[in-house]
Amino acid sequence: MPIHEDDEMMHAEEVYTNASWRKTILTLVLFLIVAALGLFAISIGASSLGMSESIRAIMAVFLPMDDVSHFAEVVVFQLRLPRILLAIITGVSLGVAGAVMQGVLRNPLVSPFTLGLSSGAACGAALAIVLGVGILGTGQYIIMINAFFFSLLTMVVVYAISRIRGASIETLILAGVAMGYLFSAVISLLQYASGNEQLREIVFWLMGGLYAAKIENVMILIPIVVILTMILMRYSWDLNAMGAGEEVASSLGINVKQVRMACLFLSTVLTASVIAFTGVIGFIGLVSPHICRLLIGSDHRYLIPWSGLTGALLLLASDTISRTMISPTEIPVGVVTSFLGVPFFLYLLVRRKRRWWQ
Amino acid sequence: MKLSVKELSFGYGNANALEDISLDVDEGTIVSLVGPNGAGKSTLIKCIDRILKPRKGTVFLDGKQAAMLTSRDLSKMMGYVPQSTHEVFTYTVFDVVLMGRRPHIGWRVSANDVKIVAKTLRFLGIERFASRYFDELSGGEKQKIAMARAIVQEPEILLLDEPTSSLDIRHQLEVMNIVKRLVLQRRISVVMAMHDLNLASRFSDKVVMLKDRGIYTMGNPASVLTPANIENVYGVRSEVRNGHMDRPYVMPIEPI
Repeated sequence: MPIHEDDEMMHAEEVYTNASWRKTILTLVLFLIVAALGLFAISIGASSLGMSESIRAIMAVFLPMDDVSHFAEVVVFQLRLPRILLAIITGVSLGVAGAVMQGVLRNPLVSPFTLGLSSGAACGAALAIVLGVGILGTGQYIIMINAFFFSLLTMVVVYAISRIRGASIETLILAGVAMGYLFSAVISLLQYASGNEQLREIVFWLMGGLYAAKIENVMILIPIVVILTMILMRYSWDLNAMGAGEEVASSLGINVKQVRMACLFLSTVLTASVIAFTGVIGFIGLVSPHICRLLIGSDHRYLIPWSGLTGALLLLASDTISRTMISPTEIPVGVVTSFLGVPFFLYLLVRRKRRWWQ
Repeated sequence: MKLSVKELSFGYGNANALEDISLDVDEGTIVSLVGPNGAGKSTLIKCIDRILKPRKGTVFLDGKQAAMLTSRDLSKMMGYVPQSTHEVFTYTVFDVVLMGRRPHIGWRVSANDVKIVAKTLRFLGIERFASRYFDELSGGEKQKIAMARAIVQEPEILLLDEPTSSLDIRHQLEVMNIVKRLVLQRRISVVMAMHDLNLASRFSDKVVMLKDRGIYTMGNPASVLTPANIENVYGVRSEVRNGHMDRPYVMPIEPI
């Protein structure tokens, strides 16, 4: 068979190398967009503090500046910065976890929500709210700790069920969906049985939000999210290969079961950590990976960072709108996320006509 | 590389799917596994590649036990092409083939990896598809791409699970010619499960006929593909004639 040496056609090497460069640069651009939106978000809010004062307050950390008011410092560092950082870090972790879970389970409908993790966390939180007890005694963190461990417990149960049935992916997803329903039922029961104050708190938790952001919580979350994201990115090649099926992945030297378990648990810890602080924030984990597949392709080396950054962008934009649109009142962030994200997602879906779920 | 399978058995649950299989594949030869549905052809291929763990028995590569190798080292020696490939998410053809370099790379793709992939795409005459999406291509093209992925692993043994079963006659011949060229140019050894007895006859050095989880008979195509063997294994009356290049040509007539 003759080798085609067509001078007018770019060779595959060139096409691939160029595409890789473009993707790397686009990833950096997306990172800068998130950072820019973060700075913009710091400078707007319910109080009258404007852009220049906000930026001066931030710069004062690095440069000696004497004309920054105490008011500006308080607004920027105690009110706005923790919330903006929490939005970014939550968006990153939901986006990354969604991309990894969909990749490792080879299913486009999977997200922390469909696997029952969110419902598990919510159930844990609701138990702590109503009964006032958590798995680690009492105190201000019991809701968060309960939410975290219930989320993890959900994954353990779902994974164990799937192992009984020979570790098939379908069993795992169905077990997750079933557990989600079970936890929802428990939550309904708790809501029905709870008093006014508690009911309100449960409802707030179920809607999720970033209003409770505290700088010390954010400082706990940042290293967790950064480290777990980096570890998960090391599985990019395995995730790519597993897209072609377990048998091919296995013949490429991948221990499929081990990779699947590691990826599922690491991404569960990733989501559970942030959900514990924010409550249930749906949609991003499901849709951010899809948006990114349409924009950057399915190669997990790019997809994972993109999905994280897109999640951050989506959540930060939504939260900024939710706290400024009718300030000082807030619109629940989940509502804004869906209003903002769904039309964008549907637009991409229709425009590109890519049918990746078939 | 010489491949030997010794007394290999495999089972799901209580039932055995393969019993006591022993066979040799010499370097640079093509061995076809034939037999009715459920005889264990695909299972045997997966056991050789350790995708399935055999219950009993050993696979030797040049006299060394394959079970002693790490799965990554094994994947540098053996490439596997499944019967059909289905990607859930969209990858470009180049990305799909590049996955075959997984045993050789850490995280970064080197210029050498890219070169090997591009060269292989040219070797198979599919470079023009490099930036197309895999799921947009036809069955024949997909099969070649799946083969390219196994070839860039740079294996010494290639395992093919019914490589031609869903292809038109042109693609069937193209795929078999690729296999033949690999064997001639790179001394690769090939084991393939085949339904088409005539393709098996024409392209194999050795035909292994499986029946009821075991080997019924094996040898060169002329000695294996006889009306008597076909009747006993498939339950089909047939005529065997002299075909292209003096290889036996099987004409199935009716089930018995």
